[in-house]
Amino acid sequence: MSPLDNTYEKQFKVIGTRPPRPDGIEKVTGKAQYGADLYVPDMLYAKILRSPHPHAKIISIDTSEAEKLDGVKAVVTSKDFSKFSDNKPSDTLVNCIAHEKALYDGHCVAAVAALSNTIAKSALKLINVEYEILPHVTDVDEAMKTDSPIVNKGYVLENVPKGFSENVTSYYEFGHGDLDNGFNNADLIVERTFKTEAAHQGYIEPHACLASMTPDGKADLWCCTQGHYNVRALCADIMGMESSQLRVTPSEIGGGFGGKTTIFIEPIALALSLKSGKPVKLVMTRDEVFKATGPTVSSSMDVKIGMTKDGVITAGEANLRYQGGAFPNGTVEMGAQSAFAAYDLKAVRTKGWNVLTNRPKQAAYRAPGAPQAIYAVESVVDELCQKLNLDPLEIRIKNAAKKGTKSSYGPTFDDIGLIATLEAAKKHPHYLAPLEENQGRGLSCGFWFNFGGDTCVTLNVNFDGTIGVTEGNPDIGGSRASISQMAAEELGISYDKVRTIIADTNSLGHNEVTDGSRVTFAVGLATIKAARAAIKEMCKRVSLIWGIDEDAVRWENGSAIPAGPNAGQFDPMSIEEIAAMSSQTGGPIAGHHEVNAEGAGVSFGVHLADVEVDKETGSTKVLRYTVFQDAGKAIHPSYVEGQMQGGAVQGIGWALNEEYIYGEDGRLQNAGFLDYRIPVASDLPMIEPVILEIPNPGHPYGVRGVGETSIVPPLAAINNAVSRATNIRFSELPLSPPKVLSSLKKEINDG
Amino acid sequence: MSQVHIKTKINGDNIEFLCDPEETLLDILRDKLHLTGTKEGCGTGDCGACSITLDGKLVCSCLVLGAEADNSEISTIEGMSNGEKLHPLQQKFLDHAALQCGVCTPGILVAAKSLLEKNPDPTESEVRYWLAGNLCRCTGYDKIIKAVLDAAKEMRS
Ligand code: FES
Ligand code: FES
Repeated sequence: MSPLDNTYEKQFKVIGTRPPRPDGIEKVTGKAQYGADLYVPDMLYAKILRSPHPHAKIISIDTSEAEKLDGVKAVVTSKDFSKFSDNKPSDTLVNCIAHEKALYDGHCVAAVAALSNTIAKSALKLINVEYEILPHVTDVDEAMKTDSPIVNKGYVLENVPKGFSENVTSYYEFGHGDLDNGFNNADLIVERTFKTEAAHQGYIEPHACLASMTPDGKADLWCCTQGHYNVRALCADIMGMESSQLRVTPSEIGGGFGGKTTIFIEPIALALSLKSGKPVKLVMTRDEVFKATGPTVSSSMDVKIGMTKDGVITAGEANLRYQGGAFPNGTVEMGAQSAFAAYDLKAVRTKGWNVLTNRPKQAAYRAPGAPQAIYAVESVVDELCQKLNLDPLEIRIKNAAKKGTKSSYGPTFDDIGLIATLEAAKKHPHYLAPLEENQGRGLSCGFWFNFGGDTCVTLNVNFDGTIGVTEGNPDIGGSRASISQMAAEELGISYDKVRTIIADTNSLGHNEVTDGSRVTFAVGLATIKAARAAIKEMCKRVSLIWGIDEDAVRWENGSAIPAGPNAGQFDPMSIEEIAAMSSQTGGPIAGHHEVNAEGAGVSFGVHLADVEVDKETGSTKVLRYTVFQDAGKAIHPSYVEGQMQGGAVQGIGWALNEEYIYGEDGRLQNAGFLDYRIPVASDLPMIEPVILEIPNPGHPYGVRGVGETSIVPPLAAINNAVSRATNIRFSELPLSPPKVLSSLKKEINDG
Repeated sequence: MSQVHIKTKINGDNIEFLCDPEETLLDILRDKLHLTGTKEGCGTGDCGACSITLDGKLVCSCLVLGAEADNSEISTIEGMSNGEKLHPLQQKFLDHAALQCGVCTPGILVAAKSLLEKNPDPTESEVRYWLAGNLCRCTGYDKIIKAVLDAAKEMRS
């Protein structure tokens, strides 16, 4: 038996069922409280003044007229933050509020708290900012050139190769084998340059918080976030506070997808609260969400792959250039690591450059960095298959990474589900269904690393034998249900005996953000371990009652029983009976587990997309879409399917319509849902999910994270489908109607 | 600027309020009446999170001024269930796991209820087009559409 005491081969009773989620009724009746839903007595409303310039030196800010307006209680600028710390302001703070320069269109320069939103809005108009406009750059390739305007100085790491502007801040390289030799052995080599635009996570709930800070340095903060412990760490650092003095309570969260893993407005609300002496609520508008939160990187990428006539990939190479806004980030590193992860290659090399531009600092978005790189690689693989007249699914199976493959980014894979997932796609009726004129079928693999990380769980056995689980990860898509299921399964009791809640920062030790597809894996693992600790304690209590050895008591189906015939003859004691007597046998019973969880287990997915392209308008309709993904073990299959469907549709949006459009003036042209078009119900067919279960050896029940992989394949699956439907190879996303139409026209004109 | 005195009926109750002439009905519902089940996703009529019915008509409350609501009847998500009894749509959304984060859910439920009042037997494509003004970023709509169709079926029987 492995050290994890894995039980994933046993028959589950609760795991794999689809019970109602504990927060469901509140959410269908409008009672659930999200970030903007809390109102407290004497509360003020805050608004932010933002730079209209993409790059400008701030000469002066005059707030005196705003302060005089009736009903205005506080105004803050970057100067108000200098008293909290002697250190150089962190990137996070400078991103929340501009210091010397405004670095992008929408960068916060000042904020007001007033008796009402109406007054706060009027006050913004009375703030006078004097700017000196500087040259700007928003395109990744332009920003790398030696004569580009420099966005932010002093960030270049030592290993960055020469020959670029100071906007190129970091460089990464991965791979193994002899590329030249590999390409020499190829019968066909395809080399292409790809571009993707930045996309936004597009969560429907804008960022919101309510802060209350007192002059003795204590504060309470309520906000919608994927990780309140991270909010506490970042805010405490900015505000010069000790962690224990800042209590952060997460609200219900209206979507995040990575975009709510960091902070944008919380320190502003805290500073306004301290200055005004009142609680301050700050809610972003949608325009602010687009301009001043953390969209994805945009990319420019070169991919070269060689293949033999019978479909063996002989070498793969990718050069990735990602811009992620005005501050450095490491997203391109994950792109370079994941680009070829689905393949077992003898020769592979990926390189990545991170580039600064006058855009908002990127934040994570579902599998950050992977969709772009894998889109480029999977598009070239498809083109090779098409040109060599090979079945794209067979070729992926032929070259697929498997247990024992040395991955393109270094580690050797353990049990992985890629081949099983590809085989499932091959057997599915979708793959062989006939297509009509102007229709095409696209296919792509996807990959994500998955993470574990710091996690704490406490599991209390109440006196009536029911269970309270306390965890510290905001629930974005039903995780409280799956955590309760795992507790119930391990304890051998029914689901409705368990209630899981998410605690504030003072009630549990540190928990890593809800990201990296980690919650069901890591919080689940800690919950199972906490349950085992409680079981051990319950067995001990029973051993005292029975007067036998602790080892002579065993746990089965929610009761303690004698471990064997030699232990003695005793009737089983149920969890209810043990709990009822716990005060007499030593006190209340609880289990807890704290861990930096490892062994998350990588996740692979395969998507099949059928599209039809309208040759008159250039618009693409998705006709059929199937998602195959390895979940390790699906705890609550409905929410696993939901992750697969939701991620797929976000990827479809990215492939077909979504993009950040910057004008010549460096300003964002489409900061709203009308012009930044996310998929709507009438754009889509049903998204069929097919769950594969190849257990992850790193989790007692075999769980792998499922949240992120699903956004990776759609970019190439759609691109390949549109390319096959039109017989034109596209290499720029999104495939918006005007772009497709102009290529169709060019094709006709070129004959 | 002086405030306007407005009389309405909200979810069956007589409610009066004072509002600034430029305040939206959504602001009033949330900031003044604390009926926070109605959500603000955009404030520009593009997301449907603020859907309510005004005199029986489905509207985006962010596009209606508070002052326009004088003498009108308003229904919000808070009025959808009846005591302990959920509306069939609410129940089906739970059964089908048609919500992930749930922030779009109130608006979608209000919009779907209004569809089923007009068309008790919609096709999949009719549901998709009716709900095209309600954005959901989490689910890909699949389970939402199934829940609405299933609720319609149950309500017909
Ligand atoms: S908030 Fe009214 S439509 Fe978005
Ligand atoms: S469930 Fe999150 S937006 Fe619809």
